[in-house]
Formats: sequence, structure tokens, C-alpha cells
Amino acid sequence: MEEIKHYEPFEVDQHLTANSRYYAGRMGSRFYVALRDQQKILGAKCPKCNKVLWPPRSTCHVCFSELTETVEIGPLGTVETFTVVTYNEPVQPRKAPFVYAVIRLDGADTGMAHFLDEVDLDEVHIGMRVRPVFARDRKANILDIQYFKPL
Amino acid sequence: MKRNVAIIGGGQTYHAARRHDVDQAEMVNEAVRRALDDAGMTIDEIDTIFLGNMEFFEGVHMTDCWLVHGTGAYGKPGLKITTGGTVGATTVCVGAHHIASGLFDKALCIGFEKQEEGDTGAILSGVAHPLWGRSLAGAAVGYFATMGSSYMATWGATEEHSAMVAVKARQNARKNPYAHLKLDITIEDALNSRMLSYPIRMLDMCPASNGACAMVLADEKTAKKRCKKPVWIRAMDTAHNEQFELDWRFVDTKRPIFSKVCAARMYKKLGVKKPAEYFDVFEVYEPATWAELIWYEDLGLCGPGEGFRLVEKGMTNIDGPIPVNPSGGVLSTNCIGASAMLRVWEAALQIRGDAGGHQAPKDVRRALTTGYGGTNWTVMTALSKTLDD
Ligand SMILES: [Zn+2]
Repeated sequence: MEEIKHYEPFEVDQHLTANSRYYAGRMGSRFYVALRDQQKILGAKCPKCNKVLWPPRSTCHVCFSELTETVEIGPLGTVETFTVVTYNEPVQPRKAPFVYAVIRLDGADTGMAHFLDEVDLDEVHIGMRVRPVFARDRKANILDIQYFKPL
Repeated sequence: MKRNVAIIGGGQTYHAARRHDVDQAEMVNEAVRRALDDAGMTIDEIDTIFLGNMEFFEGVHMTDCWLVHGTGAYGKPGLKITTGGTVGATTVCVGAHHIASGLFDKALCIGFEKQEEGDTGAILSGVAHPLWGRSLAGAAVGYFATMGSSYMATWGATEEHSAMVAVKARQNARKNPYAHLKLDITIEDALNSRMLSYPIRMLDMCPASNGACAMVLADEKTAKKRCKKPVWIRAMDTAHNEQFELDWRFVDTKRPIFSKVCAARMYKKLGVKKPAEYFDVFEVYEPATWAELIWYEDLGLCGPGEGFRLVEKGMTNIDGPIPVNPSGGVLSTNCIGASAMLRVWEAALQIRGDAGGHQAPKDVRRALTTGYGGTNWTVMTALSKTLDD
């Protein structure tokens, strides 16, 4: 009988390290300055569509108008949809279990994805009213809002 | 082509090492609005949008999705193009093919790179083959350095010749308000600039720029109805090498390398016998000085080994008989995803007579542009003032 040899596949380990930095631009900068200095959440108003968009942006994606006006939204909001994450992966930003929710801030026409915390997992529901918890040390990151919690 | 295609508008941002004032969408939007204004069109009139940009050069993927508000692509058909240094030219090529085929009448093509936001060199090493090249790779300088060494040894050119290209590019850039490196430099400055990798010195290389370019393409009927100065895309072609045909950097190679193959096919399509006479202006993709001299030869503007004589005699100056890169070229501005599109747009401006301070002082009726990138390939575009040219 012919002898069958088994070879391990030959692997070459590959690593790429690439640093990047992102500039927040005109609207992004206004958002983060207001959040950092005043704990205010801003959206961009499109007068043509009569909508308030979060994240704020310099062009309305629907009507292509140039947007320059920001308005304060929230801080209270309503859970539009959610999930309870119950598995752990290195890529997850938190240890399970934790809640992801899409929150429609009062006065906004779009939702914001964020964590929901200080909440009984059995009580999370669509339509739940929530408020943000701001980080004490804010440094222009979306985690300057640490999470939302029930009213 | 099945249907004629024209460039009916375009625009670009100013190009700079820093654009801290805008995010990516805001920067792209500047070019898009200028292109639409130039074409006298609203975003609603655009049928399809093609966005060109390199993956992860600014630390992000899928820019076609998350820049939708900046590009105007919301709800429209379109594609993202990512083909290395050729990105911008490929994007124009894709737009033109979609119109030539009859699928769409009006296409918006956009190219951009915000190089300050990422680590282009690191991501470029991903272009190298994981088994045979990556552990040795170090971005783009070495590639052109080996080309330069071969060129000098084979033809007897000297570092003064590459310095002449370096000076021509930056002096032309001074006439172009959008260019990045508007440097008032001399041959001595170029020869005294820091050696990076023999024979490439600092001033032999392109900068890392931030910027965007956008162009509106249309079918013949739309172009004639809507545009006073349409510029016609007469022919386009692309050709690839095999990644490990490294001997293409040996400039005397007898192999049918991508640049010569592509040019030969273009010339056959157009019936070009003497390209230096047929075309009035050239915008070539020269990330390094030596690449420009080799383009002269590969495009047949002179015989093999004569490229450095052209620059020596000033033949390719803005006011010479064969103007090459009156815009200042890639050596003065390299926002990668836009760079090859800028070649096409700058050539179109020359044909329209709208290049302003860097307009070649002659009757420009035809122009040829090249792109080049990644693993040795090119996209070439031939433009004309009328359909009879
Ligand atoms: Zn709107």
C-alpha cells in the first residue's frame, strides 16, 4: 500500500500596523466642542427637508443642501430598537452581557446607536425613555456620552 | 466606442499637506459642487456616481457608503473604484464605459485622498505579495530608485536630468493655484535635497497631498445640448504587467511592458503615427522624476534613451513643442485617489483653454494622459476638442 504523507500547510504570519487619525471637520468639530464644553448634543438642521440629522453633517444626504445650522437635540430620548449582547469576542467594546440600543433623541429625525446601562435586562423595551450619562473627562469621542440609562 | 462620451464639467479642491478644516465628506463635497457648477447641473440630474479612493489610506473602508452625503450618491446607482495610483483614471474610464454602453447619460466621477489621516506607506506594503515580497517591502521610493539607477547606467543620463524634471514640475505648479508644492527651486536645490534612496532625493519624489477632483461625463446628445466646451474622450485603454516581471525596471527591457503595450494599442485605435506631433499636451503620472523621462520614451515622444535629452533641451516645458505636465503633475500634487483623475481633468482644461496661468501657449486640440499604479499597470486616456480631431 502506498504510504500517505501528511504535510502541515505552510503559513507566513502577516502583520500590518497602520495608525490613522480622523479630522472631525466643520460640523463634527461643532458637535464635539458643544459636547465637551457644555454637555450639549447637536444635530444639523436641513431647512429644506425640515429634518434634524444626527450625526450632524455639512450636506443633507437627501436634498444635497449645504447645512450650516445646528440645533440642540435630546438629552432625553426614546429607544427605537435594541439588542442584548450575550457573547464575548475580542472585538466587542464591552464584556457581555450589555445592551446596544438605537435611541431617537428628542428633536432629532434620526437615531443614535449607543450603550444602554444601569438597566434591568428584562425591562429593556422599545419605547423606553432614556437619558445620557456624560463622561467626566471628555475628549472628543462618542464615548464622551458614556451610555444612556432609563429615566 | 459605441456612443461618444464627453467631459462636460469638472472641479478640484486646492491640494495641501493639511486639511484639518474639513472632514472627508466636506473635502469631497468641495470638488463635487465645483464640478456640478462647472457643468451647470444639479445633483438630481446625475444618473450615476463613481467614487475612486484607496482602501484604508485614510484608515477607513467603504467610503462609497459613508461619504454618500458628500458625493451626492444617496439612492443613486454607482460603484467604488480602488485600483492603486490609477484610481482616478479608472474611475473616469468606468464612467465613460457606462455612458458609451448606453446605460446612463450623465455620470459623476470623483476621486479623493486625505493622506494626512492614514499611514499610506504601511497600507501600501499590503500591495506586496505576502509570500515573496511583503517582508522586504517599504512603500514606493525603492521602486523608482531602481528605475533611476537603471536609466542612468543604460543611457548615460545624470542626476542633473532628474533635477531638471523636479524643477520643471514645481515651477509649473507655481502657475497652478490648486497645486500642492509650488516651489521656486533650482537645479542646485534639487541636487542638494536629501538623498532618500539612491538616486532618489527628496525633490525627486511626489508629496503626500490631501485633495479631491470630480468630473461630469455625458453622452453626445447631452454634451452638445448642455455644454459650450465639451472635451471628447476619444480612446481609453489599460494594460497590466505580471507583478513579478521586476525587470521592467530595467529600462532597456525588450519585453512588451504595460506602458508600451497600452500606448501602441491607443495609437492603433486613433491612427497615430507620430505621438509628439499628434498630441498637443501630455499629462503623465510621474510620482518620481525618473518616471517622467521613461514615459517620454514609452509613449514614443522620442527614441529609447533619448528622454533625458528632451528635458535637457526644454522640449517638454510648458512653452515647448511637447508640453508635459503643465499642471505640475504628480510630483507637485499627489492625493492618490484623485491624482490620475487630475491628469485627465487638467488635460481637459488645456483643451478648453481654461487652464489659466498654466495654459500651454499653443492651440491645444488633443491631449494624452496616463495613470500608473499598484503592481505595474496603466490607464491611458486620449482627449480631443472636437469629434473630428
Ligand atoms: Zn435636506
